[in-house]
Amino acid sequence: MGNIVSLRKVAKRYTRGKEVVEVLHSLDLDIAEGDFVALMGPSGSGKTTLLNLIGGLDRPTEGEVIVAGEHIDRLSGAALARWRARHVGFVFQFYNLMPMLSAQANVELPLLLTHLSAAQRRANALTALTIVGLADRARHKPSELSGGQQQRVAIARALVADPTLLVCDEPTGDLDRRTADEILGLLQVLNREHGKTIIMVTHDPKAAEYARRQLHMDKGALVDGQQVS
Amino acid sequence: MLKQTLAVTLMNLRAIPQRLGTSSVIVIGIAGVVAVLVSVLAMATGFHQTVANSGRADRAIVLRGGSQAEVNSSIARDNLLTILDAPGVRKDAAGRPIGCGEIVTIVNLPTIDDGNLSNVTLRGSCGQLAALRPELKLIEGRLFEPAVRELIVGAGAAQQFRGVTLGSRISFRDSDWTVVGIFSSGGDAHDSELIADVDTVQSAFRRSLYQSVTALLDAPSSFDAFKDALTTNPTLTVDVKREPEYYAEQSKQLTKLLNFIAYFVGGIMAIGAMFGALNTMYSAVSSRAREIATLRAIGFGAVPVVISVFAEALLLALLGGALGAALAWLFFNGNAVSTLGANFSQVVFRLTVTPGIVVSGLWLALFIGLLGGLFPAVRAARLPVVDALRAQ
Ligand SMILES: Nc1ncnc2c1ncn2[C@@H]1O[C@H](COP(=O)(O)OP(=O)(O)OP(=O)(O)O)[C@@H](O)[C@H]1O
Ligand SMILES: [Mg+2]
Repeated sequence: MGNIVSLRKVAKRYTRGKEVVEVLHSLDLDIAEGDFVALMGPSGSGKTTLLNLIGGLDRPTEGEVIVAGEHIDRLSGAALARWRARHVGFVFQFYNLMPMLSAQANVELPLLLTHLSAAQRRANALTALTIVGLADRARHKPSELSGGQQQRVAIARALVADPTLLVCDEPTGDLDRRTADEILGLLQVLNREHGKTIIMVTHDPKAAEYARRQLHMDKGALVDGQQVS
Repeated sequence: MLKQTLAVTLMNLRAIPQRLGTSSVIVIGIAGVVAVLVSVLAMATGFHQTVANSGRADRAIVLRGGSQAEVNSSIARDNLLTILDAPGVRKDAAGRPIGCGEIVTIVNLPTIDDGNLSNVTLRGSCGQLAALRPELKLIEGRLFEPAVRELIVGAGAAQQFRGVTLGSRISFRDSDWTVVGIFSSGGDAHDSELIADVDTVQSAFRRSLYQSVTALLDAPSSFDAFKDALTTNPTLTVDVKREPEYYAEQSKQLTKLLNFIAYFVGGIMAIGAMFGALNTMYSAVSSRAREIATLRAIGFGAVPVVISVFAEALLLALLGGALGAALAWLFFNGNAVSTLGANFSQVVFRLTVTPGIVVSGLWLALFIGLLGGLFPAVRAARLPVVDALRAQ
């Protein structure tokens, strides 16, 4: 299978006043279609920065970022937004659900950017909620759901538009062990049975074990990765 | 695009109750501005209507040439007959011209409100008064008689001043007068006057000249002939005006002043309210930063986000505008107010909140909302998605 993500000599620098901070140093990375990658490393090593580049939320200072066959470092802001809508599903540590919307409406949000009819949107959202095991909570507001349930809704939202890859930044960072295991099990199912490519940042070695591959970052560079299972 | 915009906007509007504290800053601030604007404009409108009601196109007022108002005009007694003999003046059944030489003088009466002395116009008119001003109707009592100190009181003045009921006696300087009638003249400026016989007033106040001559004409179209006859007469130096024209000129200054106050004070307050709105919307945007960043990450464009901020600002502004207009209407519409009128005496008029004024108020509210929403909307659109997602 081909690579879904290819990073070539990617550098990311922030300028704060006169001070220039290089957060990523000439980084190369390939991720194959259908892979499940756990990105680990100490705080401040650049994991989120890297994930944001892959997810098209940010642009590199140098180098090429090719994701889903597109040079996304060359896309304009509006084109990049359309590209994200089509190709990327995001899962955040704090779920980032819209508090005023029901679970169902939250999951439908990405579908508002497609040409689906209202009925199709409803049906697809319900399917996604069924996959994450929350079909019976479709009408609940986020405040009426537990943390684990909210993260499931967020995962349903990330996968409802059938994106090319799922990008998860510490998806279990705010959950207890048991709930975290359920969420990770869910991601594993999405990877193994639905063929979703997943890139997940985590601090938790146990969480990383659910992935096919672990990558370690330190001070803005990847250290030797290892294959799991 | 429409779908996205609608969804984001509705979602945002539904969240307003959660930001009640900051949202009410816009609503209350704008309500205050609009209430002030609406009530002062209502004052200007009420005043203008009152003054504009005084006057008929077929009635003319003659003043000394160059004088703007009755107070600084004078007309010699022997000129009265010349003026009333001019062509175009209507005659009564007995063949006498319908017109009066009049004087106005300012007297002081205690107000009902606080008993403080306030100016009121005492007009000296003549026995033709009823024919000359048919809109002037007696509600109680009778007309004054010549040669005795009797007067009739306008309904507005009767409401405004103490001790001016039928039969009561009023003393001005060294003369005592009896109120023999109360009249209404349909809300025009005469409603705020006292009227007595001109010769009696002249002798009581030791005056010998008239200040104006008002004549009823055969028809509105007779005015030109009447005016030409007077202005070409070498023995007269007079200005001749139709009544509506005269009263419009009289009210122009105050209407202008009130409009100026409305827009000047309203404008200053509007600037204050705009900063309030700006502040509210900035805080609304920053409290929504994570939400907005998440939407942008999902792939929503900047336009729906900008529109949702504007929609919120405009909705709150309209709410404030409606509230302000409603309050002004509730508390002030129809309220009687008095002010210095044409002869530096009190004119009673009612605040009139017209639909046009309410619309002006709402436009101002929308304008404030639009400006108050502009910069926050731009900030929302430019929000750095990555940073907003990092922030806890
Ligand atoms: N906008 C920015 N301006 C300047 N420096 C930044 C900016 N964003 C991130 N950084 C710096 O980049 C470095 C990497 O940050 P990043 O968030 O990618 O780390 P991380 O590995 O995700 O850490 P954590 O595990 O704590 O989430 C940090 O030192 C951070 O301070
Ligand atoms: Mg991070």
